[in-house]
Amino acid sequence: MMFVMRRLLALAGVLVVSSFLVFAAMYAAPGSPENFLVQGRTVSPEVLAAIREQYSLDDPFFVRFWNWLTNVLQGDFGLSLSNRQDVGELLANRLPTTLMLVLLAAIVIVVLGLGLGIGAGVRDGFVDKIVLLGSNLGFAVPTFFAALLLMSIFSVGLGWFPVFGSGTGFLDRIWHLTLPALALALPSAAVVARITRTAIREERDSEHSVMASARGVPGRLVLRRHVIRNSMLPVSTIVGVHIAGLIAGSFVVEYAFTLDGLGTLLVSAVQRKDFAVVQAIAIILVAAFGIINLLVDLLYAAIDPRVGTRRSK
Amino acid sequence: MIKFFQRMGPLGSVAVGFVALVVLGALLAPIIAPYDPTIGSVIQRYQGPSLAHLLGTDQAGRDIFSRLLWGARSSLTGPLIVVVVTAVFGTTLALTSVWWGGMVDSFMSRVLDLLFAFPNLLLAMLAIAVFGPSLTTAALALSIAYIPYTARVIRSTAMRERNLPYIRSPQLQGISGLTITVRHLLPNVAPLIVTGATINFGFAMIELAALSFLGLGVQPPQADWGVMVSNGQQSLLKGYPAESVLAGLCIVLTVSALGVVGERLGGRAAAGRKA
Repeated sequence: MMFVMRRLLALAGVLVVSSFLVFAAMYAAPGSPENFLVQGRTVSPEVLAAIREQYSLDDPFFVRFWNWLTNVLQGDFGLSLSNRQDVGELLANRLPTTLMLVLLAAIVIVVLGLGLGIGAGVRDGFVDKIVLLGSNLGFAVPTFFAALLLMSIFSVGLGWFPVFGSGTGFLDRIWHLTLPALALALPSAAVVARITRTAIREERDSEHSVMASARGVPGRLVLRRHVIRNSMLPVSTIVGVHIAGLIAGSFVVEYAFTLDGLGTLLVSAVQRKDFAVVQAIAIILVAAFGIINLLVDLLYAAIDPRVGTRRSK
Repeated sequence: MIKFFQRMGPLGSVAVGFVALVVLGALLAPIIAPYDPTIGSVIQRYQGPSLAHLLGTDQAGRDIFSRLLWGARSSLTGPLIVVVVTAVFGTTLALTSVWWGGMVDSFMSRVLDLLFAFPNLLLAMLAIAVFGPSLTTAALALSIAYIPYTARVIRSTAMRERNLPYIRSPQLQGISGLTITVRHLLPNVAPLIVTGATINFGFAMIELAALSFLGLGVQPPQADWGVMVSNGQQSLLKGYPAESVLAGLCIVLTVSALGVVGERLGGRAAAGRKA
């Protein structure tokens, strides 16, 4: 429990410092926000002053940061610079798509990565060779390229899946998000399959498995109780790291499939220099990244009692 | 030289050969590319492979083969910047904190932890939001994102070396820390730096291509593999897959070739690191 508290405190610290850095970077960025807001029209100094007043651009840096931070803590992310919508509302509309995409991709990674890895680790010969080759190529395929290939084969060519959009309703959404999730998960699944295969092989040759077989324990039981169980330790860390990595990868896939998720919002906000939106998404993503990493560490400690939560970092 | 290829094995040698070919193609692009990569004629759009256009033309009638050759340039220089900057700063940070230890070391670790909190692509996009989209911005921002990984690996190895007699005894003789670090410590972590750089190159290539795909890296009409994949998306959906698929294949093959080389160099599985 102490460990969880300490890690949460550390995460909070990281969030405050990183939000400060992000805020400072946006503050120092060339070009002033009010010029962006008037979009090159010539306006009277009074209007400019009014805009500065409305967005409180004249306050000192630290005052602005403090106001922004306290507002964010109360769930108020301010107004978007480009269309004056409430940023919190914008994000809330976009969040479900991204969450679902990441969740589906995580499931694909676990099922495909572990399944293929265990298959290749347990069986020698053909299956093993194919999985090894596939995983070697798989991790080199950029997600956006995988997205385009899947789209052209299964949506345009065979017409099994919709090409764009994220659908309405639960099932429709899953149907729309299947290909994006596959594209997003592919490189990670390849890596996980490979690590799993290696772990299983090592565990199969270990003394306790050989001993168990020698004692006459049936092969399937040895596999289940000794080999697979023990090999899951290194695998779980890699799976965790890759699931956390999906957060950033999802931008690219969302963009390729034109899904209305956080990623596409971030890309357009970056292009339009809509700093209010960029800041908000950055902070949310850093928080999500940190929380997933924390959960992975906790899970790791739960799987292996030898990993004490007290002494690890 | 022969020894090197023996160490690489048959697959490794093919991989080295392929990388060399790509580098050569990029270097010689102005000489061997048959057409200008940015100018095309609309009359010649979507042509199939022929003697005039080896790999056909794209939707603006530009020669795809020439664009791939020219595209290799930005697709290779971007990751090169990332790898060099990361290696230089990562190594310097790691060795300084190992040499001084104590406060310096724990301060550096805090800074690295903070950087770890940002997903790579997010850091790059923040930098692009501030400085505007360009290959240099994207590459420098990615370097910053990669530094913690490199620094951490080098630090842990250098930490072990730090207490060995070959480092301790010159220290007792009063030789300066800088000299010992550069002359004795650095050569002993050098193989690690090279392996790390090879692996990073592949990751950087994929992530920079992704940024270009999002329109935040190399800007069209300049030829770049990531830009080409994105540019060919509409054509691909209309049934002309050449541009996207060929550019994507270039990325896949180069990255997997580098992966093989890195693995042979380091002996360790390259795949453990996160994307």
